[in-house]
Amino acid sequence: MLNYIWFGMMLIGVVVGALTGNIDAVTEAAIDMAKVAVNLAIGLIGIMALWLGIMKIAEESGLIRIIAKGLRPITIRLFPDVPEDHPAIGSIVLNMSANILGLGNAATPLGLKAMEELQELNPNKETATNAMAMFLALNTSSVQLILPATVVALMGSLSSQIFITTIVATTMSSIAAVVAVKFLEKRKRFSIVNRGDV
Amino acid sequence: MIDSFVGIINEISKYIIPFLLVGIPFYGLAFKKVKVYESFVEGAKDGFTIAVRIIPYLVAILVAIGMFRASGALDLLLDFLSPVLSFIGFPPENLPLALMRPLSGSGSLGLLTDLVNQHGADSLIAKIGATMFGSTETTFYVLAVYFGSVGIRKTRHAIMAGLFADAVGIISAVYVCRFFFE
Repeated sequence: MLNYIWFGMMLIGVVVGALTGNIDAVTEAAIDMAKVAVNLAIGLIGIMALWLGIMKIAEESGLIRIIAKGLRPITIRLFPDVPEDHPAIGSIVLNMSANILGLGNAATPLGLKAMEELQELNPNKETATNAMAMFLALNTSSVQLILPATVVALMGSLSSQIFITTIVATTMSSIAAVVAVKFLEKRKRFSIVNRGDV
Repeated sequence: MIDSFVGIINEISKYIIPFLLVGIPFYGLAFKKVKVYESFVEGAKDGFTIAVRIIPYLVAILVAIGMFRASGALDLLLDFLSPVLSFIGFPPENLPLALMRPLSGSGSLGLLTDLVNQHGADSLIAKIGATMFGSTETTFYVLAVYFGSVGIRKTRHAIMAGLFADAVGIISAVYVCRFFFE
């Protein structure tokens, strides 16, 4: 599916760009964004190193195991394929906590750590597992309790009103994510063995 | 009451990161005799490799998004969708943000800033926009970074589920705000 979306965006970009006379802007955007992508990735190095270092301490002192155990009743329903005492559960829980608390900077390194640990359980290294898809969908649905600082800055004293509507909307999108993943993972066109799925 | 509640939460949130940075090594050092400095360095080593590993995925996704955005295709889509959306009570002013949100964080923040400046933070449109922004994520970026970091190329149902969740979040934002503020 990503193959079609990816190519589709570029194709539409070129066709519409040509029709509207924006073709120069399309070219420029392609070149600019390639640079932006590298800068974003390089910019992640420091913050990644910081949180991965702290995570390592949490892991070696047994903290992650304690947290993972406490939340097992919830995680076993969302990630039934991940063994009970696997470190991935601890990282997933920490990533979710960071998301809920609005700590975007910490959430990404913790999430990538979780992905690495989920990948250990994955027999087909290039194909996403059910647990990975669930984890990704939950992340993109943005479970959060604390408003992004940018929104607070923009909305000022009205942020309090937005606080409640955001929690309601984000709860709906998270429920939708869980339901969609559970429903779609059983569809034939998304099955792991289906070679035809692009 | 709600005002002070949000104030307290925001105040507490300032202390979360400093607390974690000190609290986790403290627990390790004091209770488990972990060599905290050595563990930190050991874990931090992976930061570089992971960041470098996601570069190709990020380039692929961001270039496609950039081309799509720069072409003005979003405006065409807007003209096409506006009448339908007005009919179901979705303010057309909020549509650009809704379409931009899964694609680009900075792009959608720019659009939200625009909405607030044009209509005022007090307006229903700005409130819907801020709720949309807070309740969804830049799905394509998260997908590229998370799957890219472990070399997953076949994403199966992840993207469809992610976009479905975004759509539900965005539509909920509209109706929840209309319910509360209208």
